[in-house]
Amino acid sequence: MGESGGRSLYQKVWDAHKVGQLPNGQHQLFIALHLIHEVTSPQAFGMLKDKGLSVAYPERTFATVDHIIPTDNQARPLADDMAEQMIQVLVDATATHGIEFFAPGSGDQGIVHVVGPELGLTQPGTTIGCGDSHTSTHGAFGCIALGIGTSQVRDVLASQTLAMDPLKVRRINVNGKLSAGVGAKDVTLHIIRTLGVNGGVGFAYEYGGDVIDRMSMEERMTVCNMSIEGGARCGYVNPDATTFDYLRGRPRSPANFEAAVERWRSFVSDSDARYDDVVDIEGADIPPTVTWGVTPGQAISVKERTPDPALVEGLARNLVTDALRYMQLDGDTPIEGTAINVAFIGSCTNGRLSDFEAVANVITGHKVADSVRAIAVPGSEKVDADARARGLDKIFTEAGFEWRLPGCSMCLAMNPDKLVGDEICASSSNRNFMGRQGSPSGRTILMSPVMVAAAAVTGAVADAREVFGLED
Amino acid sequence: MMADLTRVAGRGVYVKGNDIDTDRIIPARFLKCVTFDELGPNLFRDERFDEEDRSKNHVLDEPRFSGAEVLISDANFGCGSSREHAPQALQKFGIKAVIAETFAEIFHGNCTTLGIPCVRMQAQERQRLAAIIDADPEADLVVDVEGLTVTCANNRFSIEMQLSTREAFLGGSFDPLDALLENQSAIDDVAARLPALGT
Repeated sequence: MGESGGRSLYQKVWDAHKVGQLPNGQHQLFIALHLIHEVTSPQAFGMLKDKGLSVAYPERTFATVDHIIPTDNQARPLADDMAEQMIQVLVDATATHGIEFFAPGSGDQGIVHVVGPELGLTQPGTTIGCGDSHTSTHGAFGCIALGIGTSQVRDVLASQTLAMDPLKVRRINVNGKLSAGVGAKDVTLHIIRTLGVNGGVGFAYEYGGDVIDRMSMEERMTVCNMSIEGGARCGYVNPDATTFDYLRGRPRSPANFEAAVERWRSFVSDSDARYDDVVDIEGADIPPTVTWGVTPGQAISVKERTPDPALVEGLARNLVTDALRYMQLDGDTPIEGTAINVAFIGSCTNGRLSDFEAVANVITGHKVADSVRAIAVPGSEKVDADARARGLDKIFTEAGFEWRLPGCSMCLAMNPDKLVGDEICASSSNRNFMGRQGSPSGRTILMSPVMVAAAAVTGAVADAREVFGLED
Repeated sequence: MMADLTRVAGRGVYVKGNDIDTDRIIPARFLKCVTFDELGPNLFRDERFDEEDRSKNHVLDEPRFSGAEVLISDANFGCGSSREHAPQALQKFGIKAVIAETFAEIFHGNCTTLGIPCVRMQAQERQRLAAIIDADPEADLVVDVEGLTVTCANNRFSIEMQLSTREAFLGGSFDPLDALLENQSAIDDVAARLPALGT
């Protein structure tokens, strides 16, 4: 890369934040924005203390609570002692080190990947680090956004930098037009299905093409969010008028906005940028997509059948067999019609206002099936407030959903929102791993919010196009 | 300066399967903690024990593999959540190195910082190694970071590592913090030319 031809956004942002090279050959990368939360960050403050270090750039770190916060009652002290203790450690550490904390009730609390963008903290041309793999979400704005471990949270607190190896860049073009009833979640599940759950290892994904260009910022966040599920270290979209329009007037957007836009434009990939790989995907080929197994790559069209293990060779057959057994599904059987027990709409993947609007637009006049427990969890206090101002909460509750307080909730079930036993959940979240939703035998079928709504009202995996009469 | 880490010696255990994610390595409910100290016993908790805490006879709990220090697995090991709790749980359980087809990157980086070499070995070689260990769980296994080999019961296997990772182990800088802090003036220079945040 770089010998001839232009530079990608990835290379420009990397170069702008590169501090130097470390003795082992890695690069030292400055992290412009650091976001922390209560699960993976409190331990890092302990590590700092052990080393007698302080926080180098406290004005570049922002904290909130999302993973363990209950969605029914967030009054402190929390009923769960350990959850209360984790929050208190973060509250104390941020106060000690002069780090801004977006507390519940402040109007700014929420899932860290929802809060950063909506406040305007997430900006093009920057590097972002957070102790959460779905930090890739922020790439929607044209930045290098990296999920990191707790020791790296420590590194960023102490030095505002990370030791990193440069990545390759894969350009993924999604061309043409999506069918009615197909959205950003289907696009990202389809990409992962196509390229595999480890197809992105060693890469940053640059998403482009007509379909991505036409997407809203919230849709682009859904796509970038799942980059990590495809193995990519990060994913991004080049900033454009959609990006700038979204950021204009946000509370933390730059005061001299037009000057910032000019700077942000300079990071856009050159038209002759060189990529290590290019993949073209036809938008019209993307169906409403659902998972059948225990990785996000084990995905099919809602109209397809589960794979037949007999037709799969070698170790891959075991993977299919094991996944079907865990999911209690038969091979070579339609996924449509699979009965569900729980419907979950929320998470950093699909817990934004437009996700709830999309469902509200179709669900009026429908009722959640008696056999289904359905919860809607806004991604932030602002999403909650905006949704309530539009009456969306009433539309959801009238349809039979519970409308909850903001948090990560049943995406990873660290709070009281959990599957019970082997319940099966139609979920708008990002991971269908074994036990992911809080019960060691709980089962997850990933899909878009509108598809979750279709499953909720019919009591089974269903084609939202048919349930809600969606047509081109 | 930390000591270098050129080799890991111990006995092996093969935990079979592709795409073993960090939720499986340490389920989310055990992330409710403010230190990593107590994670070891809950490594692979839901694969090792049922909901009544009865053993499922997982390979890690087979007496013949008790005390194994090198974990062998398959493709895309450590995918999913960035939780450092996963490598911390492995380390607290006693695992000192991991051999797999490939690793997810965040997990790989977290392990490196903790001083757990993650080395890649091709499928056929890995199956051969797993067979040797199954036949003789007492066989001494050495992961040679410097020589890029694994030896076990007079068998030699080649392994791969990312160049910078290997250098970090050999140079004793696998925890990068000291090296990062050495460049304070260069860090300040970059900070000074970037726009301030949230203003």
